Amino acid sequence: MAVRDINGASPIIELEQVNKWYGQFHVLTDINLQVRQGEKIVICGPSGSGKSTLIRCINRLEEHQEGTIAVRVDGKRIELTNDVKNVEAIRKEVGMVFQSFNLFPHLTILDNLTLAPIWVKKLPKKEAEDVAMSLLRRVRIPEQAQKYPGQLSGGQQQRVAIARALCMRPQIMLFDEPTSALDPEMVKEVLDVMIELANEGMTMLVVTHEMGFARSVADRVIFMDRGEIVEQGPPKEFFANPRNERTRTFLSQILHH
Amino acid sequence: MSQATEAGPATARPARLPPATEQGALGWLRKNLFSSWGNTITTLVIVALMAWFAVWFVDWAVLNAVFTAESGQECVGKHGACWAIIGAKFRYIFFGSFPYEQHWRPLFAILAMLAMLVLSCDRRMWSASRLAIIWGVGSVITFLLMLGEIHIPVTLIFVVALIAGLVGYAYRRRVAENAERLAYIALAAIGGLYLILRILGVVPGVAVPIALFSYVETGSWGGLAVTMILATYGLAFAFPYGILLALGRRSNLPLIRGLCIGFIELIRGVPLISLLIMASVMLPLFLPSGTSIDKFLRAQVAVILFAGAYIAEIVRGGLQALPKGQFEAADAMGLNYVQRTALIVLPQALRVVIPPLINTFIGFFKDTSLVLIIGIFDFLKTASQALVDPLWTGFPGEIYLFAAAVYFCFCFSMSRYSKYLERELNKGTQR
Repeated sequence: MAVRDINGASPIIELEQVNKWYGQFHVLTDINLQVRQGEKIVICGPSGSGKSTLIRCINRLEEHQEGTIAVRVDGKRIELTNDVKNVEAIRKEVGMVFQSFNLFPHLTILDNLTLAPIWVKKLPKKEAEDVAMSLLRRVRIPEQAQKYPGQLSGGQQQRVAIARALCMRPQIMLFDEPTSALDPEMVKEVLDVMIELANEGMTMLVVTHEMGFARSVADRVIFMDRGEIVEQGPPKEFFANPRNERTRTFLSQILHH
Repeated sequence: MSQATEAGPATARPARLPPATEQGALGWLRKNLFSSWGNTITTLVIVALMAWFAVWFVDWAVLNAVFTAESGQECVGKHGACWAIIGAKFRYIFFGSFPYEQHWRPLFAILAMLAMLVLSCDRRMWSASRLAIIWGVGSVITFLLMLGEIHIPVTLIFVVALIAGLVGYAYRRRVAENAERLAYIALAAIGGLYLILRILGVVPGVAVPIALFSYVETGSWGGLAVTMILATYGLAFAFPYGILLALGRRSNLPLIRGLCIGFIELIRGVPLISLLIMASVMLPLFLPSGTSIDKFLRAQVAVILFAGAYIAEIVRGGLQALPKGQFEAADAMGLNYVQRTALIVLPQALRVVIPPLINTFIGFFKDTSLVLIIGIFDFLKTASQALVDPLWTGFPGEIYLFAAAVYFCFCFSMSRYSKYLERELNKGTQR
């Protein structure tokens, strides 16, 4: 419980009694979640359990129907409503990395990175490019700046995607199964970048099946099943003695070999 | 042998080439034309037919052809083409009943439009400001030449000032120097002030006339200039309009979506001819008496509306082909709808639909000839009209072959440009 209240401030993300349906299907049920600044949370669970939907609700890629979701931006609590201003303010603070990278194939790597800073933050081009290059160096692929996404390997593309999200200088990073679409030999290079990011104090919500990453980086592991948060706790506790039957079944399925 | 492995295979033995029978022209012939008995016979039969036709055509079109003649009488009885009719009639075919001594005007108008089109094909010109300059200047030249005089309403000038000021301020607000910012504000203020005064009726609406040449009404236009104006401006307006329709059809707002679907389906459900006839015959009935809209303009609008609906459906295909992840990535980065559409969605969607788009453009270039139904003399109409001259009756083959050749030049260039563009835009982006 060493991570409790890192700076005593109000949570940076707050979900209260969030419910969401796809048509008749109840995909998120009474979700309550508070994330502190700098906290790293790994969310796991069987497919269809609603874990991706949960983090996609935080930047409004999915709309929730009941409950409140709020994000602290510049010390102000902003609630996700239908107000476009609020949505845009939150999206500026929240970066996202997708399973299938979703780089823009018609733009060079550098243009992929500078697009949002130039158009959303109205940064001068030169400045945006400097930021982009320094981030590309950080993910160790500055030499690919002039290439197109299609010319890069999966691992390289995902590192570019991380750099692209970081270009907006977000407070929070959401990762939606960032390594699931990668060949096994490329998983490590992406995880290494994520671990570095975690060590620098970024607030991270990571949907992943990489339990090694959860053990070494997460402050808290959340297990979801059928749209509910079934169990959560620090990784040591979570992996050593899961309390819920469903958690035990899930862990035995993914850890048994 | 051990030596060879140590030295490495590259230096140990020269690279082996494929057998000589598989290489070069001989190899190609053997493989593609004479690979079997059946193939050989087919090849020989087709080559014989082609040779026979080529000999006949050269005989007709060149060897026995009459190139100069005073009238069609001199061609009668000859076994060759009567190209003299083209020589005698080409000015009418190209320029229609435009005043004879003024024919240089449509000629330069055609050249101005060609220059405009060729410049627009170059990727380096693809920025809003450059295209605006090219088309602005090109259009003023074209219509000044064709009409002889144009009247620019003062209101329009101030509207442009207002828009330029607002857009400039919106985009350059954060980065511009103070002086530049002030200039935008002043521009917008002057434009806005004039418009308010104009609406209140304080200042009268005047137009600045630019009259360089004698006035020629659109009814006297004809020939290639007419075809080119209808096609160029038809597609230049239909393209952005079609894109808007396609975006509207994919909108989340049911009212806009319904409107766009209704429009597209309505227009696609009627033939172009009926639309042209409606524009030329029925529209004037609905207008209050005393007002009239130029017939040429009405035909032009009909072409734009018609082409727009088709372009919209093609663009929609491109929009639907785009993976959902591209929209999500743009949203997650905080781009708004306009930015997402202009920077991420359209550049990718349009790239996918270049071939069907150019296909439609080619189709519409040729379809403009339907305006002859409502009495507008496009290129094909002036060509066929040339046959009416009693001095030159009886040579439709020559005339239509010539017209076909001109149409072919335009359509084939478009087709080649489509190929080039596809290659150019996919450079480096191939997965």
